[in-house]
Amino acid sequence: MATESAPLKEPADAAPDPQVTGVEPLVRFDKVVKRYGDHVVLDELDFTVRRGEHVTLIGPSGSGKTTILRLLMTLEKVSDGVIWVDGSPLSHVRTPSGALKPAGEKQLRESRKKIGMVFQQFNLFPNMKVLQNITEAPVNVLGMDKDEAETRARELLDLVGLSGKVDAHPSQLSGGQQQRVAIARALAMRPEILLLDEVTSALDPELVAGVLELLGDIARNTNITMLCVTHEMNFARDVSEKVLMFDAGRVVESGSPEKIFTDPEHERTREFLNAVL
Amino acid sequence: MNQSFQWDAVGDAFPLLLEGFRVTLLATVLGTLVAAVLGLAVAVAGRAPSRFVTVPVKALTEFVRSTPLLVQLVGAAAVFSSVEPLTIGIIVLGIHYAAYTSEVYRAGIDGVPKGQWEACRALSMSPRRTWQAVILPQAVRNVLPALGNYAISMFKETPFLAVITVQEMVFEARKYGADHFVYTEVFTLAGLIFLVASYPTSLLMRKLEKRLGH
Ligand SMILES: Nc1ncnc2c1ncn2[C@@H]1O[C@H](COP(=O)(O)OP(=O)(O)OP(=O)(O)O)[C@@H](O)[C@H]1O
Ligand SMILES: [Mg+2]
Repeated sequence: MATESAPLKEPADAAPDPQVTGVEPLVRFDKVVKRYGDHVVLDELDFTVRRGEHVTLIGPSGSGKTTILRLLMTLEKVSDGVIWVDGSPLSHVRTPSGALKPAGEKQLRESRKKIGMVFQQFNLFPNMKVLQNITEAPVNVLGMDKDEAETRARELLDLVGLSGKVDAHPSQLSGGQQQRVAIARALAMRPEILLLDEVTSALDPELVAGVLELLGDIARNTNITMLCVTHEMNFARDVSEKVLMFDAGRVVESGSPEKIFTDPEHERTREFLNAVL
Repeated sequence: MNQSFQWDAVGDAFPLLLEGFRVTLLATVLGTLVAAVLGLAVAVAGRAPSRFVTVPVKALTEFVRSTPLLVQLVGAAAVFSSVEPLTIGIIVLGIHYAAYTSEVYRAGIDGVPKGQWEACRALSMSPRRTWQAVILPQAVRNVLPALGNYAISMFKETPFLAVITVQEMVFEARKYGADHFVYTEVFTLAGLIFLVASYPTSLLMRKLEKRLGH
């Protein structure tokens, strides 16, 4: 594993060619560093997610959970290290010499197509009706036929239980309904990976269960890989196969929900779980 | 000078002033249009990723804002002496006001929540589509009332165009006054016409403002 020319300090060229190994995870963080000024948020973070896996990220406030999702969505740039998605660098391109350099906006937009995100604050487009919120990107980004996009949008609205709200404006919907539309909007792009950042924390308590149930259905009935940041430990237990416990920008421990919730190895995890459960 | 108010002069001058008012209105409407479109372009350019765009744009708007409209009008008329005065007037008014409307648009654009940009990015939308479908519709809605107020101020500044011989209403009033020595009457009439035109417009703007503000 000799290193030759390294433009960034590059741990990436130690990575085997994914086509050769055949077991390349869908997502791989490879010594990912994220700094804001002097503040190191992620410190050479390594972790992987397999295709189809549903992973929950837990950890104390400020531990970098949101940052991880935002890096994956390419809303933020990595300071160092490489994120691999499906065997390709997410936010880097290969130079002719084989080294990696940060990708431009065009390439980032290509990378993003595999990934969808649902935000805590929904972020629906208030100037569009519900249906157009969902069809906007399929039509204008994927070039889907308008009728086809609308048919699919209606199916998705059906799936999220809002077939009656096709012509509503987002402002006419409850928080829970808006979040369902946001989920439908993300799914309309047929992402391979769905990122969910505390998608129920802005909701009134009585609306939380419905949205979680919907996400559970999606997890069971699709092969979409999901990364969820949540404080809903029940959801983590019911839906995810793997829980990653973060602290200070590092994975403290990872394992099945049963293992993490009933028999955590690290004191830090125990403390955290005691505080939230 | 101490004569009584000459009502017949008012009646006599009225058609002339109306003719001038037509020009005033035309200059305002077209000038506002230029200011609305150019201001938007300036605001969007001001958010360009490259300094080669943002720095000159900022310098130009700063220049326009820190020199008087009158000087800009006279200067432009001198430089482009072969161009029709009304055309120059409309373009200079438009550019002058664009320096202000761009600021209004900028505030409107800044007022669109960060989450809207991020949602667009998360959907892989192109920058162009992001502006067109998401950011501008929301920003413009926020700025319509302010744009309307600038249109009204522009309307009230059109008399400056008389300086470059545009035959708008005040130009006509002065001419009539000089010919017949009845300044008070015609200028009162001109003032009344301005009032009658702009007061309902401001009321309308205020109504619009209320409606958009929910
Ligand atoms: N744009 C930014 N500029 C500076 N610092 C930032 C920025 N975004 C995040 N941080 C810092 O990065 C750290 C991790 O933030 P992050 O939002 O990822 O935490 P989190 O685990 O999602 O926390 P929470 O559970 O409260 O949402 C925090 O210390 C935060 O202050
Ligand atoms: Mg967070």
